[in-house]
Amino acid sequence: MAEIVKRNKALSVNPLKASQPTGGSLACLGFDRAIPMLHGSQGCTAFAKVFFVRHFREPIPLQTTAMDQASSVLGADENVIEGIKAIAEKSNPALIAVLTTGLAETQGCDVHRNVREFRERYPEYAHVAVVAVNTPDFTGCVETGYAATIYEIVKALVPDAETAGTKPGNRQRQVNCLVSPMLTPGDLEALRDLIEQFNLRPVLVPDLSDSLDGSLTDDDFSPVTIGGTPVSELATLGEARASLIIGASLRKSGELLQEKTGVPSHYFDHLYGLQANDALITALADISEMPVPQKIERQRAQLQDAMLDTHFMLGQLRVAIAADPDQLNALIHLVQGMGAEVVTAICAGNTPVLATAPVDSIKIGDLEDLEVMAKERKAQLLIGNSHAVASAERLGIPILRIGFPLYDIIGGYQKTWIGYRGTRQTLFDLANLVINFAHEEIEPYYSPYAQKPESERQACSPSCH
Amino acid sequence: MKSTKDIAELLDEPACEHNKKEKSGCAKPKPGSAAGGCAFDGAQIALLPIADVAHIVHGPIACAGSSWDNRGTRSSGSELYRIGMTTDLTEQDVVMGRSEKRLFHAIKQAIETYNPPAVFIYNTCVPALVGDDINATCKSAAERWGVPVVPIDCAGFYGTKNLGNRIAGDAMVNHVIGTRDPDPLPLGTERPGIKVHDVNLVGEYNIAGEFWHVLPLLDEMGLRVLCTLSGDARFREVQTMHKAEVNMMVCSKAMVNVARKLQQSYGTPWFEGSFYGITDTSQALRDFARVINDPDLIARTEAIIAREENRIREALAPWRERLKGKRVLLFTGGVKSWSVISALQDLGMVVVATGTKKSTEEDKARIRELMGEETLMIEDGSPKALLKVVADYKADILIAGGRNMYTALKARIPFLDINQEREFGYEGYQGMLELVRQLALTLESPVWEAVRATPPWRTGGLKKSTATEIQAEPLAAQAA
Repeated sequence: MAEIVKRNKALSVNPLKASQPTGGSLACLGFDRAIPMLHGSQGCTAFAKVFFVRHFREPIPLQTTAMDQASSVLGADENVIEGIKAIAEKSNPALIAVLTTGLAETQGCDVHRNVREFRERYPEYAHVAVVAVNTPDFTGCVETGYAATIYEIVKALVPDAETAGTKPGNRQRQVNCLVSPMLTPGDLEALRDLIEQFNLRPVLVPDLSDSLDGSLTDDDFSPVTIGGTPVSELATLGEARASLIIGASLRKSGELLQEKTGVPSHYFDHLYGLQANDALITALADISEMPVPQKIERQRAQLQDAMLDTHFMLGQLRVAIAADPDQLNALIHLVQGMGAEVVTAICAGNTPVLATAPVDSIKIGDLEDLEVMAKERKAQLLIGNSHAVASAERLGIPILRIGFPLYDIIGGYQKTWIGYRGTRQTLFDLANLVINFAHEEIEPYYSPYAQKPESERQACSPSCH
Repeated sequence: MKSTKDIAELLDEPACEHNKKEKSGCAKPKPGSAAGGCAFDGAQIALLPIADVAHIVHGPIACAGSSWDNRGTRSSGSELYRIGMTTDLTEQDVVMGRSEKRLFHAIKQAIETYNPPAVFIYNTCVPALVGDDINATCKSAAERWGVPVVPIDCAGFYGTKNLGNRIAGDAMVNHVIGTRDPDPLPLGTERPGIKVHDVNLVGEYNIAGEFWHVLPLLDEMGLRVLCTLSGDARFREVQTMHKAEVNMMVCSKAMVNVARKLQQSYGTPWFEGSFYGITDTSQALRDFARVINDPDLIARTEAIIAREENRIREALAPWRERLKGKRVLLFTGGVKSWSVISALQDLGMVVVATGTKKSTEEDKARIRELMGEETLMIEDGSPKALLKVVADYKADILIAGGRNMYTALKARIPFLDINQEREFGYEGYQGMLELVRQLALTLESPVWEAVRATPPWRTGGLKKSTATEIQAEPLAAQAA
């Protein structure tokens, strides 16, 4: 059980946190023919866009309600309504997510009402799904903004079993998966693959592996996402056999999904490490009523072998981690499960899962906190995003890059961390960093009496080393 | 919050040609179909390169959280500008009205931790809307800790990036420039017969260190750069800008208000120029000498120009052959629209069209001068419109800002990044060599053919013989 240490300084230095609207946008970008619109000034959108472009190296559809001085003071209802209309008219999207910012929330907007007004005024766009989400950036982090958006999408676009007449299990082989932002496009491909090995049909919600996986399509240009979960697929969630909720942050959305559809939700805080994946595979075997495929048994055995090989490097290793809540919790379980010691855990925001993490304390803070604490507690290895690379350099210790944003490496978004195979690779990567960079050697001792050649003798008395 | 009057005054820039049109300033963005940054973005871009200042973004996390440490600008010393600082306002701060107090303590923390020569405070939308008085907070913080604290009131909703540039320039003129006289020339730098003249550059950001291609030439001419606003600048340099003999406006009209106000208050003449391309670099050096009007300097400058032009033309000759006649669609804002044209023409390339969305009337006149009256000027910068021009005008390459990189790449079109996030420096004579290298690198790359080709099985399948060859290879290798 971890004690949560809240922020205690006025200035945030080298922020770890990115904003809720950024997280909300990410969730929206996992749907097909979708586009997020941030309700704020133009810069809110421009910064979020650059953030994603640098991470994914892909064009990112993202719009703005372009609040100016007058609408900031006098009200920006028209900006929201006309903004939705402009996008619907120009780009013919399947989904528009209207995400608020600190500016709009401070001003006192009501985006849910704005969407209703849009519906009344422009019935000709009834076929375009529009979901409004409150994601002010003065609270939460990427993960909470993402979770809030998934919640609103489930609430607005998954029909109730009663009214729609859906029945759990009608689609015998369908499994719904709500997935946390800690899962990369590479992770989602791996998850899909695992589920398909049980002859099940996964529906990933959202599916960034189909929209932001970095593939070259035949379309030269699209103003909305190409690929992702089809919005029409949301109507089938109620027919599935089961729902897998990956990531503690999506628990509320999972409960709502079950409440609306009657499809039983299975919860997984994360999918890093042997035990977490055992839980997933057991659930898949139960749901599919199939034995675990040989190939997966083999991968599990490979992971066990890797755990033996790497425990020499990872045992007692003093690790500092900075991440969003789901991922921080997952990494703590993973490395402590290998005998390492998490000496510093910094989180971008506070969510219930943190209290359950097996460390003494977690600090809600920034990368300056990470640096100061990691130094104090003599961390040997850092785990964090690209911004933390400068911290690692100043600390003189190696870093494993993970999370958002990853802008100083190519293909970070595609790396697979989950499953037996992903975990195995993570352990190899961690162990290699230790072997190559964090290995502590004994300082050579030079005896003043030794008969070493003249050139090797140190001008030093026996006591001065 | 700035009043509508303050903003109108900043938009009304007499030195800007846009002003003389009926629709002054910049068009109002349309919700749902707008692109580009905000005033805060512009102000931060303009001032963040001042390397030893603590730059504090006063607002909730979105403003700093996704924007800190992502500029291509470089410093030769202090790295403090790369440390992201924000008050990271919380809901409680906003609801309980505690944001001013947090700012005050944040300034204290920055001064105590980093001991900077000055602190800059960037005001953003939320504190502007709730009515934080950042001028008063900065003033009392400066008095309390004896360090200059400069308010930059640049809430995003005030307007565009361009407005933000001007707000930033205004803050420097009002709070920093003129607060210190320049140091005496360092001992041992005097050269017989050479009188050193003091100059400034305004709107030079030292992207990827490119100004270091130019600075040695200015040194050789005998020009002391008091300050570049703001690439590789230090606070103590900005303070002395009022003492220059001439100011060069480098990046179009973004901070033209600085040049104009320095002329008004201190009588400093200014000219507009660019260091992109051989022709423009030489022109800029000549303009310095011309305005200062020192015959020795003029002669020295001509000698340097002749030497450098010869040297670089020789070095570029083999590259010219490779790039000659290649067709370019240039889409960038402001000064770059004409200054880069001249650089490309120096290489024998053909600029088929250019973007003029952010260009001033004067910029456009220069473009016509360079490219002829018939030249296509593109106002619509949407990806779709750009791709259409590329196709219609048979352009070989798109040169634009990073935002358009994926527009080009997804359409399988060679691309060169020309904006501030780029990693390569193109300024000065020496920068031309980097420019040609980067142009050739993308234009001549073998990947274009590979990514444009359809898979063989879709065009009639692998030829039988090829298929067997591929299968046979490992066996042959084993046998060997």
